[in-house]
Amino acid sequence: MTEILRVRGLRKRFPGVMALDGVDFDLRPGEVHVLLGENGAGKSTLIKMLSGAYHPDEGTILVDGEETSIRTAEDAQRLGIATIYQEFNLVPQLTVAENLLLGRQPRRFGLLDKKKMYGQAQELLDRVGVRVDPRRPVHTLGIARMQMIEIAKALSLDARVLIMDEPTAVLTTTEVEQLFEIVRQLRDQGVAIVFITHHLEEIAAIGDRVTVLRDGMSVAEVPAGTPEDELVRLMVGRSIDQQYPRERSDAGPPLLEVRNLTRAGVFEDISFDVRAGEVVGLAGLVGAGRTEVARAIFGADAYDSGEVLVDGRPIPRGKVGAAMEAGLGLVPEDRKGQGLVLGADVRENLGLVTLHRASRGGFVDRAAQDRAAATMAGQLNVRMSGLGQEVRTLSGGNQQKIVIGKWLLAEANVLILDEPTRGIDVGAKVEIYQLINSLTAAGRAVLMISSDLPEVLGMSDRVIVMARGRLAGELSAGEATQDAVMALAVGEMEEAR
Amino acid sequence: MTTGTLRLRLRRGSTLLSENGSLIGLVVLVVALTLLSGDFLTVTNLLNVGVQAAVTAILAFAATYVIITAGIDLSVGAVAALSAVVLAWTATSHGVPWPLATVIALVVGIACGLANGALITYGKLPPFIATLAMQGVARGLGLVISQGSPIPLPDAVSHLGDTIGSYLPVPVIVMVVMGVITAVVLNRTYPGRAMYAIGGNEEAARLSGIKVTRQKLITYALAGGFAAVAGIVLASRLASAQPQAALGYELDAIAAVVIGGASLSGGKGKALGTLVGALILAVLRNGLNLLSVSAFWQQVVIGVVIALAVLLDTLRRRQAN
Repeated sequence: MTEILRVRGLRKRFPGVMALDGVDFDLRPGEVHVLLGENGAGKSTLIKMLSGAYHPDEGTILVDGEETSIRTAEDAQRLGIATIYQEFNLVPQLTVAENLLLGRQPRRFGLLDKKKMYGQAQELLDRVGVRVDPRRPVHTLGIARMQMIEIAKALSLDARVLIMDEPTAVLTTTEVEQLFEIVRQLRDQGVAIVFITHHLEEIAAIGDRVTVLRDGMSVAEVPAGTPEDELVRLMVGRSIDQQYPRERSDAGPPLLEVRNLTRAGVFEDISFDVRAGEVVGLAGLVGAGRTEVARAIFGADAYDSGEVLVDGRPIPRGKVGAAMEAGLGLVPEDRKGQGLVLGADVRENLGLVTLHRASRGGFVDRAAQDRAAATMAGQLNVRMSGLGQEVRTLSGGNQQKIVIGKWLLAEANVLILDEPTRGIDVGAKVEIYQLINSLTAAGRAVLMISSDLPEVLGMSDRVIVMARGRLAGELSAGEATQDAVMALAVGEMEEAR
Repeated sequence: MTTGTLRLRLRRGSTLLSENGSLIGLVVLVVALTLLSGDFLTVTNLLNVGVQAAVTAILAFAATYVIITAGIDLSVGAVAALSAVVLAWTATSHGVPWPLATVIALVVGIACGLANGALITYGKLPPFIATLAMQGVARGLGLVISQGSPIPLPDAVSHLGDTIGSYLPVPVIVMVVMGVITAVVLNRTYPGRAMYAIGGNEEAARLSGIKVTRQKLITYALAGGFAAVAGIVLASRLASAQPQAALGYELDAIAAVVIGGASLSGGKGKALGTLVGALILAVLRNGLNLLSVSAFWQQVVIGVVIALAVLLDTLRRRQAN
């Protein structure tokens, strides 16, 4: 059978990162083609190119054998390519029918023809076999049925290619079965389906072929029956070079102790220590609950039970101020949204955490704040025009240095770094690793969350792995290999199913 | 010259203009009015402008705090009126000594602000709604207490509306003092710096250990206190507290803040800018009067000026991105 979609040599560079570095991908009508790869391997970038959100720097996309350029979402729609993201494109307040026919509701004398609209909506719903009243507001539906509405909507736009980005991530086991039923049915009708999943056991159940992406490259195309350990090997099989200059120091007494931390439905029974002079890596798939645990430790969110001790003393839950006093610092995952005041300058941002300490009777000693900021910016080698530069205009690496720097000024003893090098160019990454080295050399403790596996392995003295809100295991630096970590990160999941 | 350097120069030029835009606007306005009307640049007239600007400016300082935190306060005018009514009512109708009555009036203003802050932080109401509600409540309470009629102010307080010697109107002095306090609070104090951080990025501020709830309460309380001062100054000029005084002044105050370069999306704003904004509004009104422009057209002109100022703000932010 001839390919409906053929992708050749796709490349895409973002500032500092080669997101795609040569991807080939074929899709035939009537097949379910699984895209497999670690976080950051390039799956999202690829599907965003197919749906018109990004434009490739190099390479060709052929639809029905003809080279095409997909520049906008409208282009993709015209070519019959529909994408269902994890974030749904539905208007919650509107009814199912209105969502299905949004922007092309049937009209009569310029007014909405409701009878016709509900009729058409019913036909679309019947086609995917989902039983729901088209008059119901979408927000009253569960996630699974919202997803079905998205599928019905895609098909109503005459989609011949349906791209599904981790559709099973939010579904229960029964719902997954229902989804598979619909996917098979669509496949038999000749729809070509791109299916992204992290759950290896789903591949044999629903897939026909698998394309494995790694570091922005397509490394293999294999049948869906390929054994799981072989798939894991293909996903992670790469070497760690000298870009991780970890200098291990002797571990001292535990500075951070987390005991049975639980928040219902988010994470459960999380216990671990981080010792003075140690970097502990917290690995796991996106959505495993790592960020949630970090925020709970820091007091940014509450938790239901368990205990956090810093330097042997318990700290009250849900209080950022108390966590800070105890010596904790958090460099959040969302640098721009949570780490920085983008419209303020370097000086303001560096002084944010120490603002209170620099105040006497309510008055801030701004001269001292300035001096401290200047010293810190110098130490961290922040490249800027001056302390008065808005941080919005700094590069990602320099922005991250400032987020870390504000905690260094506060002399935080335990730093939680959530994705510290995401979106940062290689040079700045190494600077941040060196910073981590100097922190641990000074006897501080670092908990590093990262989805970049080589980074976790290269920089951690110990790796703990989370899967589905639970601790899946702990590995020493010696035991921690890509395969071992990945097996824990995805393995727990299979047991849960 | 290459297009690159040209663009750079243009950008530098417009940055200079947008940072000092309101001040340049004020100077242009003053020069233009001096040329157009012989009566404008006289001591008497300028003092008159200053007195007219005073109440708006003090209310605008109140609004500046709130707007820097990315909030809005629609209640400052009504709180000003209520505070003045409370002062007159306690002092004149119930014989409370005027210093104590003044303190009570300030406390009422601060309490209204705290109520706003509590609704916004603990009640999670949008600032627009919380302060709109307070506008109604404060205005209504003022009417209830005064039974709808003006109450004479004690003489001692009425002196606030006087002129010391022949050149020093007390309202202008109060305006300057409140302006200096605002500048110091915003630049030098912990709550002031916290306001900028909260308005710039509330989550980042929270994760940096700033107690956002407490700081917002302080912000709105400060605004309420400033509104009370404005109300007392306004009443002193009329020698009586009027429950319908300062009607709609909150919008002038917000306009002054925005003309002064603050951003309604928070994180930006300065005391000096707000003062200049209030002066622009006062000079504009005064000048249009001197030029015998009808009151109807004055409203049109002032509306256009506000729109232009906000357009500048938007352009400035688009440039920043």
